[in-house]
Amino acid sequence: MSDSKDLTPASSGAPATTSDTQQALRPGAWPRAEVEHHLRRTDTDPRAQKRAVRQVSTMFLLSALMVVLFIVAFIAIPRDAVITLPYIGAIGALNAAMGVTFGLAIFLIGAGAVHWAKKLMSDVEVVQERHEMKTDADDTAVAADIYEVGKETSGFAKYPVIRRTMLLAMALVPIPFIVSLRDLWLTPPGVTTPSEELLVTLWKPGMRLVTDITYQPVRADDIPVGGLVNVVPADLPLVEEEEHNLNARAKAAAIVVRMTPDEIQSQQGEGWDYEGILAFSKICTHVGCPISLYQQRTHELLCPCHQSTFNLADSANVVFGPAARRMPQLPITVDDEGYLVAVSDFKEPVGPSFWELKESYS
Amino acid sequence: MSTSQISPVEQKGAGVATYLDERVGSNGFLRRNLNKVFPDHWSFMLGEVALYSFIVVLLSGVYLTLFFKPSMVEVIYDGPYIPLKGVKMSEAYDSALNISFEVRGGLLMRQIHHWAALFFMTAIAVHMFRVFFTGAFRKPREMNWVVGVSLAMVALMAGFSGYSLPDDLLSGTGLRIAEGIVLSIPIIGTWASFLLFGGEFPGTDFISRLYGIHILLIPGILLALITVHLMMVWVQKHTQFPGPARTNNNVVGYPLMPIYMAKAGGFFFLVFGIIVIIAGLVQLNPIWIFGPYTPDQVSAGTQPDWYIGWLDGALRVMPNWEIQAFGYTLSLNILIPALVIPGIITTLLIAYPFIEAWASGDKREHHLLDRPRDAPTRTALGVMAITFYVLLWIGGGNDIIAVGFDLSINSVIWALRISLIVLPPIAFVITKRICLALQRRDREKLLHGRETGQIMRMPNGEFLEIHAPLNEEERAKIIAKPQVKPLPQPPETDSSGVRNPKLKKDKRRAKISQFLFGDTIAAPTGEEIAHADEHLAHEVIEDAPVMAEEEALQIAHDGSVLESPGTSGKS
Ligand code: HEM
Ligand code: FES
Repeated sequence: MSDSKDLTPASSGAPATTSDTQQALRPGAWPRAEVEHHLRRTDTDPRAQKRAVRQVSTMFLLSALMVVLFIVAFIAIPRDAVITLPYIGAIGALNAAMGVTFGLAIFLIGAGAVHWAKKLMSDVEVVQERHEMKTDADDTAVAADIYEVGKETSGFAKYPVIRRTMLLAMALVPIPFIVSLRDLWLTPPGVTTPSEELLVTLWKPGMRLVTDITYQPVRADDIPVGGLVNVVPADLPLVEEEEHNLNARAKAAAIVVRMTPDEIQSQQGEGWDYEGILAFSKICTHVGCPISLYQQRTHELLCPCHQSTFNLADSANVVFGPAARRMPQLPITVDDEGYLVAVSDFKEPVGPSFWELKESYS
Repeated sequence: MSTSQISPVEQKGAGVATYLDERVGSNGFLRRNLNKVFPDHWSFMLGEVALYSFIVVLLSGVYLTLFFKPSMVEVIYDGPYIPLKGVKMSEAYDSALNISFEVRGGLLMRQIHHWAALFFMTAIAVHMFRVFFTGAFRKPREMNWVVGVSLAMVALMAGFSGYSLPDDLLSGTGLRIAEGIVLSIPIIGTWASFLLFGGEFPGTDFISRLYGIHILLIPGILLALITVHLMMVWVQKHTQFPGPARTNNNVVGYPLMPIYMAKAGGFFFLVFGIIVIIAGLVQLNPIWIFGPYTPDQVSAGTQPDWYIGWLDGALRVMPNWEIQAFGYTLSLNILIPALVIPGIITTLLIAYPFIEAWASGDKREHHLLDRPRDAPTRTALGVMAITFYVLLWIGGGNDIIAVGFDLSINSVIWALRISLIVLPPIAFVITKRICLALQRRDREKLLHGRETGQIMRMPNGEFLEIHAPLNEEERAKIIAKPQVKPLPQPPETDSSGVRNPKLKKDKRRAKISQFLFGDTIAAPTGEEIAHADEHLAHEVIEDAPVMAEEEALQIAHDGSVLESPGTSGKS
């Protein structure tokens, strides 16, 4: 088969001609499978074959062209240019152009290769025999014997004390690494367990409630019935400045709502409201999302993460959803100037429950 | 058989091969492996998609590391995106914005990385279904199934750790939920959380810690597992679907060199190219819209990547059980959906091949795949699990459903809770019935041939449909149906009358075996098939004269055959 136009490798051969079946297989090649085989146009028609060759090389060529276009796009298109495409809408022109040119450059290589394989490479199925995975008995016996020799000559079986002490040592040796992980949390002075930190927040007696973004103190008179204000402790900006983290905010964030005093069915403490103004933690007792959706008609507070719902008019008890504890209430009053202040810290832990919680708080 | 001309380049190549061979003996390896045979089926490409998208993830990830700064140090944004100008944010978020707006090609790479991650996860899931429903996990491939399940779990962590990195509002919210879950772990929860976050949430350490995990630890584990996975596929050779010439002891397909080299290699470029084009045209995770993370803000209605959605759904549908005893709190409302259910699912997935092997007592190697209908209980169990999963996933969007269909969240949740208990068993029963019906049809086909759709009217006025013998392909598929018999009831006593000490255990095993393999439509025996073949051949021969007179039959407009007067006397 020296004819270069013959596309079928000797191992398989396309149509089963007599000469083909009589031909010895090349060493290492697999016999042809006894299945139906249909000749393709490219197997029989030299013109179809030529066309396929042209198609494949065109794809490779187009891929190269796409690389050129990519570079042009990279240089020519400004970063903020926007184009509007059908179905997709307005998108960044640079990103789209780079994605399409680079993507096509890659895609066309694949398309060319697959087309080549499908049209021009032999499509004759061959058969390879399988062998059981299991090693034959002789080799297994040799392996077992090598092990035996090792066991005997090392004395692994003979000296149990060596064996056991070695296993002990090996079992213990990772421990220093694990112990070294202890300081992943650099415990601040005066603190011994994590739960201590989780149980306190920045709020303390007399601390003003200020808005969460502009830090303006909140006047009781400024809150209309039905209104909601997001607040943080007045100290928060200072503390954040000092600590450079958001930890204090993650615990102390709160909301203030106002209802008419007769709408309040119950509170977590006697007189914790101020003329119908109630303050609650903003951090969901389920797994800690900040709660933002308040329905003033029903006084229900809904967590956007898993839809736990709390009734703020009724001690913020859980009405529905996966949260188990009510939202902690912050006792408030006003100072001499009429601004809202905390009476104390929260009396119940804010945020998600954890193992060390001693009471059920609801 | 002459060899073709050897070009100078090939000569150089041969030189290199010789150089290597003299040092590591590589030619023997090439000889053994270059002409390996691979069977062809579209579903065998699913694993390839997973592999190729993983490579894309690696490449694009390395690019991202050149620009991304995994730091929670506070900076003030001063980039070209006007809405965030002057806003305080972490350096991580700032650098992710830079990648998106200033670095040319940065947004493309971010989107390639994220799209490839989605392709990766999706391909893994569908690939796993393929392996499950065709029984490809049976001996000798159980270990590779276990590697595969581990890969799926680690891949999930890869995805979660990745989209938690940019420190935008969405990623921070995900982390907050993860922290809440860690807190709920009995005894060690608070310690675990404080060690992970370097103290209270969110702290300033977590992004840089997660970064190491995301770009080094997890990819390293994935790479190692993928290597083992592929080596096992290589050593054990690929399974194949039943078909003509295919047996349990051979592989029928195309040789690696050159067909698979071109097809699989080309397919890599196809997958890569498609991902890049999509990344150029379809935006995902527009982190600039969500804003920087802060623990007191949240955006409602945003969704995590699809592979996390089911966990979120499980958290949502769980009733709010919390146990308070002896001064400690056990948050079942979090533990069950976030840790117990995923734990059970993983364990069942890992255990399934071993359960089936134990219940069948089958120790043979299996290289021919089952058609899903031929293993009705397995298929039904799979569909049941998928139903459960999909319901949880729907649960992850319950707020969207409630708004979309104008329902109360309350009723959506209750509908889901009930569905989670009721629908999976219903799915099981229906699937099993469908499988058995398909088996019955196969049996019919084998015994009575394929319906040709040609109707013939007999001289006595009766209409008959002509049946033709099945083609080779179809016939081979049906005949390959495995004959798995459930284990028999164990004997109460052995031959010498001694009571079987393991009777209870054996009985349970027989029961599970009956459940898994008991229901099946008996395949025709060899004798029945031989008989049917003979009959069919007969039918065809007898019909032949009728066919020959086809001109005489008029074909009605609706395709039925009318008899022309001239043929009526024929017997
Ligand atoms: C193995 C599977 C991996 C998966 C499933 C995965 C997934 C993700 C995802 C979903 C994101 C969020 C991207 C976004 O939308 O902003 C991400 C971010 C990132 N990944 Fe990966 N990743 C993987 C491996 C890697 C590797 C190997 C590297 C580096 C060698 C890497 C480097 C990064 C970096 C630097 C980011 C943050 C950049 C940014 O968000 O702008 N990833 N990853
Ligand atoms: S965090 Fe609020 S319901 Fe889950």
